[in-house]
Amino acid sequence: MLFSEKWLREWVNPDCSSEDLVARLTMAGLEVDGVNPVAGEFSAVVVGQVVSCEPHPDADKLSLCRVDVNSAEPLTIVCGASNVRVGLKIPVATVGAVLPGGHKIKKAKLRGQESFGMLCSEEELGMADSADGLLELPEDAPIGLSIREYLTLDDQIIDVDLTPNRGDCLSMAGLAREAGVLYGVDVVSPSIEPLSPTHDEVFPVRLSAPEHCAHYAGRVIKGVDVQASTPLWMIEKLRRGGIRSIDPVVDVTNYVMLELGQPMHAFDLANLSERVEVRLASEGETLVLLDGQEITLKDDSLVIADAEKVLALAGVMGGQGSGVSAATKDVFLESAYFNPISIAGRARSYGLHTDSSHRFERGVDYELQVKAVERASELLIQICGGELGPVVEVTEEEHLPQAKQIRLRQARVEKLLGFAMSAQQIKEVILRLGMQIEEITAGEWHVLAPSYRFDVEIEEDLVEELGRIYGYSNLPTRMPDMSMQTQKISEDQLAASRVADCLVDLDYQEAITYSFVDPKIQSLLDPELKPLTLANPISAELSVMRTTLWAGLLKAVQHNQNRQQNRIRFFEMGHRFIVSESGLTEQNVLAGAVAGPLREEAWTSEKGAVDFYDVKGDIEIILGLAGGGVSCQFEAASHPSLHPGQCCSVVKDGQKIGYLGALHPKVQQGLSLDGPIYLFELQLSGVLSGGKASFSEVSKFPEVRRDLAVIVGQEVAAGLLLEGVERVAGELLKNVTLFDVYEGASLGNDKKSLAMGLTLQHASRTLNDSEVNSLIDSVVSFLKQEFNATLRD
Amino acid sequence: MDSLDSIVQEASAAIAAATDNQSLDSVRVAYLGKKGKVTGLLKALGKLPKDQRPQAGVEINKAKVRLLDAINVRRENMADELLLAQLAQEKIDVTLPGRQASRGGIHPVTRTMKRIESFFGGMGFQSATGPEVETDYYNFEALNIPAHHPARAMHDTFYFKADQLLRTHTSSVQIHTMESQEPPIRIICPGRVYRCDSDLTHTPMFHQVEGLLVDQGVSFADLKGILQVFLQEFFEKDLNVRFRPSYFPFTEPSAEVDIECVMCDGKGCRVCSHTGWLEVLGCGLVHPKVFAYSNIDSEKYTGFAFGMGVERLAMLRYGVNDLRLFFENDLNFLRQFQ
Repeated sequence: MLFSEKWLREWVNPDCSSEDLVARLTMAGLEVDGVNPVAGEFSAVVVGQVVSCEPHPDADKLSLCRVDVNSAEPLTIVCGASNVRVGLKIPVATVGAVLPGGHKIKKAKLRGQESFGMLCSEEELGMADSADGLLELPEDAPIGLSIREYLTLDDQIIDVDLTPNRGDCLSMAGLAREAGVLYGVDVVSPSIEPLSPTHDEVFPVRLSAPEHCAHYAGRVIKGVDVQASTPLWMIEKLRRGGIRSIDPVVDVTNYVMLELGQPMHAFDLANLSERVEVRLASEGETLVLLDGQEITLKDDSLVIADAEKVLALAGVMGGQGSGVSAATKDVFLESAYFNPISIAGRARSYGLHTDSSHRFERGVDYELQVKAVERASELLIQICGGELGPVVEVTEEEHLPQAKQIRLRQARVEKLLGFAMSAQQIKEVILRLGMQIEEITAGEWHVLAPSYRFDVEIEEDLVEELGRIYGYSNLPTRMPDMSMQTQKISEDQLAASRVADCLVDLDYQEAITYSFVDPKIQSLLDPELKPLTLANPISAELSVMRTTLWAGLLKAVQHNQNRQQNRIRFFEMGHRFIVSESGLTEQNVLAGAVAGPLREEAWTSEKGAVDFYDVKGDIEIILGLAGGGVSCQFEAASHPSLHPGQCCSVVKDGQKIGYLGALHPKVQQGLSLDGPIYLFELQLSGVLSGGKASFSEVSKFPEVRRDLAVIVGQEVAAGLLLEGVERVAGELLKNVTLFDVYEGASLGNDKKSLAMGLTLQHASRTLNDSEVNSLIDSVVSFLKQEFNATLRD
Repeated sequence: MDSLDSIVQEASAAIAAATDNQSLDSVRVAYLGKKGKVTGLLKALGKLPKDQRPQAGVEINKAKVRLLDAINVRRENMADELLLAQLAQEKIDVTLPGRQASRGGIHPVTRTMKRIESFFGGMGFQSATGPEVETDYYNFEALNIPAHHPARAMHDTFYFKADQLLRTHTSSVQIHTMESQEPPIRIICPGRVYRCDSDLTHTPMFHQVEGLLVDQGVSFADLKGILQVFLQEFFEKDLNVRFRPSYFPFTEPSAEVDIECVMCDGKGCRVCSHTGWLEVLGCGLVHPKVFAYSNIDSEKYTGFAFGMGVERLAMLRYGVNDLRLFFENDLNFLRQFQ
């Protein structure tokens, strides 16, 4: 909320600088976001009046004016503004004046005509960002008076960012109240005296939805001159509050809103039929709003209607056709209390947010309505004249908020703040806040919050008020005195950070990509899954939840490939979102994308691109981290976005935990990526689960190594073959290593040779040749039988 | 017959002239072998007069030993020379870069979260996580943010359908934890959060770390203490910290925490909008209604909660000037945090 410091100081004027005021408000929870002067720095600008105005002889768009500034002679000034005319009062920068930005006004010659000053617009005085002509001053502006003085421009606009609980501060009255409490000084509010009606015409008001609107005040004002102009002081106060002047009636209602916090509305009485009714809309009713937008109403929306039509969206915006226009003679003023819950969210559901809805949502004092009508009436007849009718007030007492009695205990204050506030201090602060306090027993009170404090409901709210006014900075600070708490040190579960650190050591860079991705990329990668779709995405490219982290990682690959980075090794940990018939599951996964050369270019390096086995090796290391001797298998598999011949599923402890493979060339081309790219994605829970190491006796007896080379068909999976060897060799086999794979014309195109070394050892004795030979024989015959293997010569 | 002296002289010269083991060995044979010259002298001893024999024998044997020593020395020297020559050949350019062992890196956001977790972990706060797709209940209602509450406007929420949304804060994890765990509770909840906002200073996804402590006798003073020490430790600087009243529906009293600007030491600069202060945290005592939702007796237990934006802390810590860099995953950016 914006407000003028000068205006605030009319209400409450603590002896402090602007800086101090701003700091004090901020530290009381009314955070000041900015302080801006209401006008730029300038000097020697005075009120002047145009006494003559002739076209410039040599320039179409310039006028030659004589301007009275209360000096001996009127000044001759060349002016380019289109609204310059005889009799107009305007700000005049005289020779010697300095305008905002350091612009000095000197005697000048414009197209051959001498000019002794400049007529100014709001923009030129730093009062507005733009202006379309001279600033027109009222007819009674005193000629020769300094503009700064005349418009009280030595003022600042303070922008306070109020939290949603402090709707009570959305007015001068509220801010002044707060400043008064903080500085302990009195607040002087303008006296508002009820004016006697001069006619007795009333307009009936019906509250058909009292739980939404339980208090309504209205008044008929007849014979209003809507052509009258709003006084400059009011225009200026509105401007400094961020509101543009529209017409005197609207200006008055806005002024009362800024001053007292009561949003009001003025109807043209001639446009109202029979009565004003506050009711819920019927589904499908339409209303054309003041801004010309037509909305279709929902049945949870509160409206102001007459006997025939909807007039306004209650508490949000008036409708077109029922408001005040140039033809208006008689006005019906509305000042209502709407239940915050009834207004909250409604404006937003129509895409609207107004000064009025902002206040009603946060709570408007439910005792303010009549006072606001009186204030508006007074201002309105001052400006526009008119005859007042009696105030019509309708109240549904049982639907009005009830001031809550809150128990406040001194001991609780101490418990929560960690600070023993004296009973005297507590009572003083509570009273200064305008609350009533009544002692029940020593150190215990009943407190009644005022009707404008919607945020004070429970004891903790009062504790916050006490802490706030006492000053958070003045409250004690200490380190918690906590009991010891034990932490689990299980070995069943590896910390995810261990995996991340290991990947970093294996030359992977962690990436963090958005959880929502482009549906096009998503469907390229996981065409069979229907992703979870956002109803209100930030953009179409970020509109579905990823079912695989590859979607984001491949975008990151693309980003870097487009920037001459060809060696890419990314990993990411995060959730993927899988929708199935049983609902949504969020799975925490570890994923990676690897592309480009295996090694950083260097004089030592093996040149060459990364391949499947490089990445598989990294995965094998990662899967070994959790320990516990858990077995992992890699099985040829297929995945819609992976290369059909270079794809495997990863099985750990009998459970499939993910995939590893080369990105399918078609998908790669579809994403305009340089390939090949190797991808993996594993369920993190699988990667992290393990167990403790288990000891077995270390044999003291010699190892025997035997090498075997077998020729098998190309289609034979080496992994299966090795598993078979392990199984058949049994417990004497300490280790089997595949040390060579050979494919060559000499073997035939459909064959390959696998060479493996078997290390054998007995736990409690030395192995003899014959048992070794018979074991090797059984392995060979197994391989022959199972894989049609022959021994290579 | 040559004199012993001349033979020794001749042999010494031959030893010095030998260039390898083979030539040295032939020198040895030529002088000390069975038919060698020195051996010949010994054999000829008998031809000397009897009284001269012992003296001459001693001389010849001495010469023999001397020559043998000389041969051995020469052999060792030659081995040394050979080794030296070999070593000289094996010289390498030690200034060439080492064989590649390049290393990756942790994302700066993760790194920042780890630092936060390790500070609080050291004090017994356990890390807790929760789902990112949440229901209205966990993200709002149980945190005392009923439907249509104006505070909801501060959370630009991403929705899937009416009761399915992306969490707007990690505060939802508080609720899951309090539902399943009895006090005392000490948790820290790092994770991704989402708001429907994207511009220079907002990304639609970012990270928060939420903290919660519930126990008997926890007060606002404890909250102030722990956060002040945390911020000073995080920035490794004895900086000023201030607590300002604020509003969060799930805490009461609530506070916003400012630190003295780390860019200008509180003197005022562009980063702190010339105020000298930077807002870095929101916090407060757990609201009794939140306790009520989780069936915790707020008369017996009190607690505090706090939440911080990880990217903001990372930006301030490392001087990163553009939030969006964190999610572009540009290697030239990420590698700066290796």
